[in-house]
Amino acid sequence: MSELFSLFNYWVVVFLMMCGFYTVIASGNLVKKIIGLNIFQTSVFIMYISVGKVTDGTAPIVSADFSVYSNPLPHVLILTAIVVGVATTALGLSLVSRIKDAYGSVEDDEILDADSDERGSK
Amino acid sequence: MLGMTAIAVVRLHRLFGVVILFSIYSLLSASIFVALDAVDVAFTEAAVGAGISTVLMLATLVKTGRIEKRSGRHPLLPLVVVLITGAALIWGTQDLPGFGDPLNPVHQHVADRYIEQSPIEIGIPNMVTSVLASYRGYDTMGEVVVVFTALVGVLSLLGFSGSRGEKSTARGPNQPTPVLQVMAIPLVPFILLFALYVQFHGDFGPGGGFQAGVIFAVGIILYTLTFGLDEALALIPVSVVRIIAALGVLVYAGTGVVSMLSGGAFLDYSVLAKSATDGQHYGILIIELGVGLTVAAVMILIFFSFYDKAFRK
Repeated sequence: MSELFSLFNYWVVVFLMMCGFYTVIASGNLVKKIIGLNIFQTSVFIMYISVGKVTDGTAPIVSADFSVYSNPLPHVLILTAIVVGVATTALGLSLVSRIKDAYGSVEDDEILDADSDERGSK
Repeated sequence: MLGMTAIAVVRLHRLFGVVILFSIYSLLSASIFVALDAVDVAFTEAAVGAGISTVLMLATLVKTGRIEKRSGRHPLLPLVVVLITGAALIWGTQDLPGFGDPLNPVHQHVADRYIEQSPIEIGIPNMVTSVLASYRGYDTMGEVVVVFTALVGVLSLLGFSGSRGEKSTARGPNQPTPVLQVMAIPLVPFILLFALYVQFHGDFGPGGGFQAGVIFAVGIILYTLTFGLDEALALIPVSVVRIIAALGVLVYAGTGVVSMLSGGAFLDYSVLAKSATDGQHYGILIIELGVGLTVAAVMILIFFSFYDKAFRK
């Protein structure tokens, strides 16, 4: 049973990942798609961090009181990934903003309709 | 709890609620990171997820409307796709190593070296900082350049010139609200001070350039939200922030060039001072400063452009 429970962290990750994935493919709203992508992204973060955890370990800051540390490498990767993530999210949101300017909508079916109308009228 | 919040985010159609829930979701995941010993990551996630991305999404919603249209599409097909993918992934986890086992492959490769050697080679207690800034300095430089590139993208998409607009628009955020201003006045200086502490204490405790930059930007964002963009632009002109954003990247890469000129490899700080650990220490301080400058300036500018887009035009 404990062996089964030791994979619990991956199940949480998969669940969150699928929540994000579902939002991306099921929702037509571009802002919500970006939020879905963010949830997907966070699930990957949690996966990396949980892989780096060592039982009874502590935060990887050297101290005389501790000898077991968690793996610092995933922390470094995810730390930078979060900041890059917000930068790319900002880029995505500004694209959405421009799409709103150009089409007057952020729903993907309305945008596709507008596109096909344009092509039909040519 | 995280799962419940995620479900709520998926189900809600009122986007304002979705964004606020997403902010809560970020805070929850930050607390999970603390529980998993990743204090530096938790720090970043709390500042970025719960702070900056929420504000950016709200500013976008002002523009795009806050209600999601219910689409006529049936949710069954995506649901089936998601369930199948999820089931496949869960099945795949059976082969993965268990949680917290010190014998996991991930702990076998370079991690031991980082944990055992970095206090001796680099001479600073926070291993995350030494791996970030020294062992994987190339990586981090790449990340800083990516952040900078994203700024260039946002600026070219939103076309923010930094000129002060006429104060005619009677939208809420442009009208000063005295209660919020009184609350913000004592907060902003301490947020900025805390950012500086995080910046320069990153060698010893959790912190560093990324977190400090984000926290600094949050201080400025709070000021802008309560006093309006014009006041903030009077305080920090955009042309200066732009230069700072580029300067940070320059400081980082320049440190690498200086260490090359001093006879070492690119970003090898050991040659910067007489003893190798001193050199590492100086190098890390300088490049963290570069990271902090770029991240703070980029976040401030991105926020300015979103705010400008949302409330001015």
